[in-house]
Amino acid sequence: MTRKGSLADAVQRAFFFLLGRPFLAFFIGLRIKGRQNLPADFPFLLVANHTSHLDTLSLLALFPLRDLWRVRPVAAADYFESTKLVSTVTRTLFNTLPIPRKGFTAENHPLKTMGAAIDRGEGLILFPEGTRGMQQKGLAPFKKGAAHLVLERPGLRVVPVFLDNMGRSLPKGAWIPVPFFCTISIGQPRVLTGTPEEITARLEGEVKALSAESRPGRPV
Amino acid sequence: MSSLAPYLSHPVAMMAAIVLGILVVASTVYGVLLVVRKDKDWSELRARIGAWWIMASLFFGVLLGGNKALIVFFALISFWALKEFITLLPTRPADHGALVLAFLSIPIQYYWIWTGWYGMFIIFIPVYMFLALPIRLVLSGETSGFVASASQLQWGLMAFVFGLSHLCYLSTFPDFAGTKADGRTVVLFLVFVVEISDVLQYIWGKTLGRHKVIPLVSPNKTWEGLVGGVISASALSLVIRFLTPFALWECVAVALLITVVGFFGGAVMSAVKRDYGVKDFSSLIPGHGGVLDRLDSLCWAAPVFLHYIRYFHIPKT
Repeated sequence: MTRKGSLADAVQRAFFFLLGRPFLAFFIGLRIKGRQNLPADFPFLLVANHTSHLDTLSLLALFPLRDLWRVRPVAAADYFESTKLVSTVTRTLFNTLPIPRKGFTAENHPLKTMGAAIDRGEGLILFPEGTRGMQQKGLAPFKKGAAHLVLERPGLRVVPVFLDNMGRSLPKGAWIPVPFFCTISIGQPRVLTGTPEEITARLEGEVKALSAESRPGRPV
Repeated sequence: MSSLAPYLSHPVAMMAAIVLGILVVASTVYGVLLVVRKDKDWSELRARIGAWWIMASLFFGVLLGGNKALIVFFALISFWALKEFITLLPTRPADHGALVLAFLSIPIQYYWIWTGWYGMFIIFIPVYMFLALPIRLVLSGETSGFVASASQLQWGLMAFVFGLSHLCYLSTFPDFAGTKADGRTVVLFLVFVVEISDVLQYIWGKTLGRHKVIPLVSPNKTWEGLVGGVISASALSLVIRFLTPFALWECVAVALLITVVGFFGGAVMSAVKRDYGVKDFSSLIPGHGGVLDRLDSLCWAAPVFLHYIRYFHIPKT
């Protein structure tokens, strides 16, 4: 069953057109730096820092509505599949790609799920910190999943992204957003090689560099 | 044509004609400069004048829409201004609830204007928000940085919500007996005099400015600019005295008062920006910066102007 042209796809498009984008433009005042770096063709792997539920919303809002069916935010199954309601809502509105965070088998291994999505020509959004951190505390160490995926799919383009202030607008545990100006800084797509440790360090460095550019001379 | 006459002699229409004239002159000067001084880059001037066209059209459009449109308009401006301010603040995670409350105070403050409840309008933020914000902060349970958070949030509300809302409250004042002036026309007077003073201070400062007033806060503010701008704006205020219930000398005195207070409003905002290490509050208005970069003087001048009018021109009940 394909997502393209399905009811879920139509609902997602309507949601982003009528609610998501106006909310980000007029309430959050989202600013986008480096939009030209956003890949127009698929597949790709987008990696970003993670401080808020707004992260996924704003990253998806970057893409043309007609491409949303093949942009897949990688989501922790233990959180986003916890109940039937949460699962239906996130799958419909955000087109999530659920993966287990621990205790996985060869069958439901995250690398297998993500690799298959890349093979289908989908763009993945991955938060390598593994969970939402606190904006004020800075970046947590990246997990190595992105690096392993890159090694299994040579030539896969990786787009580093830094999301600024999302965690101040809607931090973990909060349900009412505060309209801080938020910024998305998109870095140049990279094709990376090396050991998993090297690739992970490189990605962390790229996101950190974008964060330093995002607010020059000021503490993150 | 004769049926149009009463509309054209309305003070708001006359003022629109004056502003239109000034903008046409400014655009013409820009055009001439572009031809005569090809060696210089005039793109900032172009952006500034272009933004003035848009801001003036928008403001007159809202004025035509009546008081309710004005209330919604000013509430939205306060929202954007507070947003620009809090983005610069070093907020703590524990401040989230208090920040939500601070934004919630905007519709409430403007609701008092909508219902014309002056007593509540004038104490809601200085008293009730002053009490409510620390209560919400206490409930978060984080004491480190408590006073800084409570102070900065209250300061932002006072400057950008409370201050700006005075501009809006003014517009709801009734007709002044024996004149063509009403609430909306005195708002026009205030906005015009303060903004033209900003522009003239900039022009005088650029051409003659030598001696800095407060070099460590704002190197662009010079004595020549300040004195030249304040005096020429006050002189110009006489041209639009028909918008006010003021006598001749009173008009000059009020214009001097609001332009000087406005100057200090601009200086205060410069100090805020320096403190947080930014040049502009945001980049919403091309050539100008953020909403706060444009309205800084008005935030300070509006309360003083409102109280002057209320004490001396509104009959005591």
